[in-house]
Amino acid sequence: MIEAHELTKVFDGFVAVDRVSLDIPAGSVLALLGPNGAGKTTSVRMLTSILAPTSGTARVAGYDVVAEPERVRASVGVLTEQHGLYERMKALEYLDFFGRVYRLGTDATRRNALSLMERFGLMFALNKRLGEYSKGMKQKLALVRSMLHNPPVLLLDEPTSAMDPLSAKQVRDAIIELQRDERTFLITTHNLTEAHQLANKIAIIRSGRIIAHGNFDELARQFVGDPIMELRVNGVLNGLAKDLSDLVTVEDSGTDWLRFRVADPAQTNPAVMRRVTGLGVDVVTLSPVSRTLEDIYLQAVKEDEGDAADGNNR
Amino acid sequence: MATTAKPLQTALPQTSPRAKGWRETLGNALIITRREVRDSFRDWRIIGPIVVLTFLFPYLAQFVASRFTTFVADYGAQIIGERTIPFLLMIVGFFPISISLVIALETFVGEKERRSLEPLLSTPLTNTELYIGKTLAAMIPPLISSYGGMAVYLGGLLFGELAWRPQPMLVVQIILLTTVQALVMVTGAVVVSSQTTSTRAANLLASFIIIPMTLLIQVESVIMFLAPDAESPSGITALWAIIIGMITGVVLLLRVGNAIFNREELLGRTIDQLNLKGLIVRIWRYMRAVDESGTPARNLIEWYRRGVFGSVRRLGPAVWITILVFGVAFLAGILIGNMPEWRLNLPQEASMDGAADVITTYMSVPRQTGALMFIVWQNGRILLAATLLAMFTFGAAALVLTPAVYLILGYIFTQVYLAGYDPSFVYAAVFTHGIVEIPVIILATAAALRLGAVVTKPPTGMTVGQAWTAVMGETLKIGIGLVIPGLLLAAFIEAFITPQIVMSVLGG
Repeated sequence: MIEAHELTKVFDGFVAVDRVSLDIPAGSVLALLGPNGAGKTTSVRMLTSILAPTSGTARVAGYDVVAEPERVRASVGVLTEQHGLYERMKALEYLDFFGRVYRLGTDATRRNALSLMERFGLMFALNKRLGEYSKGMKQKLALVRSMLHNPPVLLLDEPTSAMDPLSAKQVRDAIIELQRDERTFLITTHNLTEAHQLANKIAIIRSGRIIAHGNFDELARQFVGDPIMELRVNGVLNGLAKDLSDLVTVEDSGTDWLRFRVADPAQTNPAVMRRVTGLGVDVVTLSPVSRTLEDIYLQAVKEDEGDAADGNNR
Repeated sequence: MATTAKPLQTALPQTSPRAKGWRETLGNALIITRREVRDSFRDWRIIGPIVVLTFLFPYLAQFVASRFTTFVADYGAQIIGERTIPFLLMIVGFFPISISLVIALETFVGEKERRSLEPLLSTPLTNTELYIGKTLAAMIPPLISSYGGMAVYLGGLLFGELAWRPQPMLVVQIILLTTVQALVMVTGAVVVSSQTTSTRAANLLASFIIIPMTLLIQVESVIMFLAPDAESPSGITALWAIIIGMITGVVLLLRVGNAIFNREELLGRTIDQLNLKGLIVRIWRYMRAVDESGTPARNLIEWYRRGVFGSVRRLGPAVWITILVFGVAFLAGILIGNMPEWRLNLPQEASMDGAADVITTYMSVPRQTGALMFIVWQNGRILLAATLLAMFTFGAAALVLTPAVYLILGYIFTQVYLAGYDPSFVYAAVFTHGIVEIPVIILATAAALRLGAVVTKPPTGMTVGQAWTAVMGETLKIGIGLVIPGLLLAAFIEAFITPQIVMSVLGG
């Protein structure tokens, strides 16, 4: 649904986006992560046919971003970094305006608008001027605007920023529901927990380049290594680490626990369990140590910084 | 809180493969216009002045006109009173349209500042639709106010105690002037505000629009008071000239606006800070004929081959337009020269001895070098002025200043021919050095034209700033590589060789 190949954008000699390639199939969510100024917004603007790529190609919803910009923009819903509402208008009037712009028809606009306003809990504010809306309400209305024409592709920049936890959950639920309905999402966010929750795939962009791309497990393996398992026993370890040394490399241990890294848990863990129980040690738990997207993100950025420094030194 | 989602209706197919017709474009533009106008009418800061200027100010102006006319008539200066009436009509029309500048800056840069522009840019509307929609939105409320104010003023005069009966064509001229002035201000404001990111910066730059407009109003006022054809049923000729000039300006500004008002420029460029160093570096890069791999020309021959002649080739239609305009100017000179009222009464049998004496004297003293520098300076300053003015007139000045010389030449040739003189000495005096000078002037004029006009239609894939920088670099290359050497050579021929040829033609 979104295919970008070597997308590059140069502003007066400054490379804002450098050969970015993405492939986001229909019904999936890609979280685009990266520090401020990494090129996320510029990438989204190119995929929305707002900015023309300096080089590279991209197709969104089957349309070429350079050759068919109006069709691309008709097929995407965009939530911009700033909500950008017209504050003297009322919600329905505002949505009617965008409905006309998207040539949705009066009845369809009204129907979609009310349905989305209801979904996001904004019905009570239909007749309020947008200037009177709270920050979170404005963000939700901007989301309603982006979904108004029921686009197959949604490009959302920080969709839950400025929202209270309940509102943020409403938005996440909406994304999950629409994803089931084969909608495709590209979300740029600094909220890593949310990205982990929503995204099928994650891309990390830094200095305009994609430095990591894959699903969570792939990225975890790439940047923080093989999964780490934690074994807790009843009592003390009493030399257990040594007894397991031919099976696994113990990385850390305490009085009643130890951690080891495994490339293939399905093969190794049963062997460990057999060895431990054979030694007469009671196992309390054998579980994976959770690794967060934050660990992966920080490690990816750190490695890229190291690569950049090496490149500069050379 | 309801969470049950109803199926959403999908948008209609946005664009058919065919190009959009003007009706569709205008229809889409009017969606923007309606919203913006409604928004403007909700703002008391806009509505307040509009109401005052539509109803109160015209009434006041009508009162002043009435009293002033009576007052000056008591002293026998009735004509001053009569000419004040249309002058005040123009002022009544102008004040409300000055608001169009405020609205234009607000709707363009204000929206950018409030970050509400990007959602609009993310819609399927084309750049042209957005541009037309916003331009109309900035014009409609002030023009309604302006026309309304003029109607109130005229009504008061027509049906009041003065029972004024204006020249209908003068009223038409004032209405036209008001409309094109509004268009100039709005189209100018679009150019300014699309390149800035804050209303403060836009307001500062707006002085580049409001000051020339105020000066123009003063010129128009003087014309309305002093024009000898002020009572003419076909209107004042000078005002027609201003109207036509301003319409030309509007067309050019619309082109610039349409070129500048695009998503790339709006989101990628600002001129809030002028990066002079960066600009000079880029122009220098173009001047050195840097190729795609980043290598500048290695020697003079390569610089000429790749840089200068490449730039000349890229002048393209500008050269042909210049040649055409020069030709037209020359023909116009011939036509004017043939008009009885413009003919010079040259003696039918003139002796060329006087001319030969002058040339002999000139050649006998060693002042040719001074003459050479004078000729270079004379030609150079005209071309420099044409280039500088072209930058601020979208190239138009280039096609006014230099062709004037050819108009004069055509006129002189005609007078010589009509007087029955042997024209060969004129040919010798003009074409000996003209064989070098004329092509050089054509090149320089074409380069100035391109430099001024490039902002109205930058090449595909280039922003206005990039295009201007590139063309500036190319203009400098042509100037240094061809025009200056060409002018020096032509001046040398004119100072040292032309007099000899003329003398030989004269039989000296």
